[in-house]
Amino acid sequence: MNTLAPPATWSDKRYLWLLSPAIPLIALLSLVGFQQTGHTLLLWTLPLVVHALIPVLDWLFGEDFSNPPESAVAELDRDFFYRALLWLFIPFQLAGTVFGAWLVATQDLAWYQLAGLIMSVGGFNGIGIATAHELGHKKESLDRWLAKLTLAPSAYGHFYVEHNRGHHKRVATPEDPASSRLGEGFWRFLPRTVIGSLRSAWELEAERLGRQGKSVWSLSNDNLQSWAMTLVLFGALVAWLGPVVLPFLILQALYGASLLEVVNYVEHYGLLRQKMPDGRYQRCEPEHSWNSNHIVGNILLYHLQRHSDHHAHPTRRYQALRHFEDAPQLPSGYALMITVAYCPPLWFALMNRRVVQHYGGDVSRANIHPARRAEMMARHGKPTTKR
Amino acid sequence: MSLEQAKAHAHDTWQCGSCSFVYDEAQGWPSEGIAPGTPWAQVPEDWRCPDCSSSKDDFVKT
Repeated sequence: MNTLAPPATWSDKRYLWLLSPAIPLIALLSLVGFQQTGHTLLLWTLPLVVHALIPVLDWLFGEDFSNPPESAVAELDRDFFYRALLWLFIPFQLAGTVFGAWLVATQDLAWYQLAGLIMSVGGFNGIGIATAHELGHKKESLDRWLAKLTLAPSAYGHFYVEHNRGHHKRVATPEDPASSRLGEGFWRFLPRTVIGSLRSAWELEAERLGRQGKSVWSLSNDNLQSWAMTLVLFGALVAWLGPVVLPFLILQALYGASLLEVVNYVEHYGLLRQKMPDGRYQRCEPEHSWNSNHIVGNILLYHLQRHSDHHAHPTRRYQALRHFEDAPQLPSGYALMITVAYCPPLWFALMNRRVVQHYGGDVSRANIHPARRAEMMARHGKPTTKR
Repeated sequence: MSLEQAKAHAHDTWQCGSCSFVYDEAQGWPSEGIAPGTPWAQVPEDWRCPDCSSSKDDFVKT
């Protein structure tokens, strides 16, 4: 039984949501600031905001447990304001990508300046995947088209296919490339999820188009449509600014995609849907996702950290997502957790015992990395009574 | 509804808008007590997609 926080505590975050599209705007203004002043630190604004400032702000502003009352959900869903805020991210994101490429082509950048620029542009394009994620779950065809457009700069358009029809179906099972396993470090998870998700997206479209009697190479293939947007964007920038921008575009895309995958890593670490007698997995419930109510991170990521409600109700809009009292909670928001995930020993020290606690000390109920199963069972297995 | 109309509607299929799971009225979903032949309208309102948990509202007739 999953219990909701009392509706009486609901605080309308309406205008705080304006901060979500502010991320690429702040990064864009910082890049313009660098071009005007030459201060290198301005190229590093976004990485510093993500990995240092937001964790501090998460700690300072703390958690928000409030839920909208069910009577307010229909109105929240209809309110155009929230939809427009998702769209607003996109022009800033595209402008920032174009301006970043222009800086590479026109400024004489040192390696440490280029590295900051790659992490800034890749950073907001990676964070843009949260925007694409929200848009890609919507029924409206415009929103779904915009989801593909938002994924274009990070060259990760197949996420549009794989996330809804692959990840949401297989989440918190060993079959899901995008669900991390207990004892699996991020650097081991990264190639598994990148390759597995790409393969899954291709197979899902091949299957769908096959049912319609079409070739997988059809123009109706959503993967090909999404990747074509990347080709058009990168091709136009190379045609305008020269081939010198291509390595920059590729590196920022790789970094942006890795940001998405490190968030994936955090969201379901070690959690497992149990198999039922008929061989199917139980439905995805709030207990199968890690959550955080840290308000700063939630505002910047369109409530992505209220992940249990998202998986239990995938089409519920971001402004209406709820906190569940008994859903697994992360010790901090995603910004700090992804930073910790880059260092597997630290991650294991912080999270393994939380997974074990979640399963009441019986680690056999967790999604365990096969290569470390024996070790995990020996260390955290269900205690046996000794005589 | 006439008998012909009822027969015409007997085998509708409904697809999850999120993950593409298909509910076939002819087959029902017996493991959860939804007998073969149960029309979509009689599937409980709180029933959710067995694959991805989307609510009944998210299904579309195929």
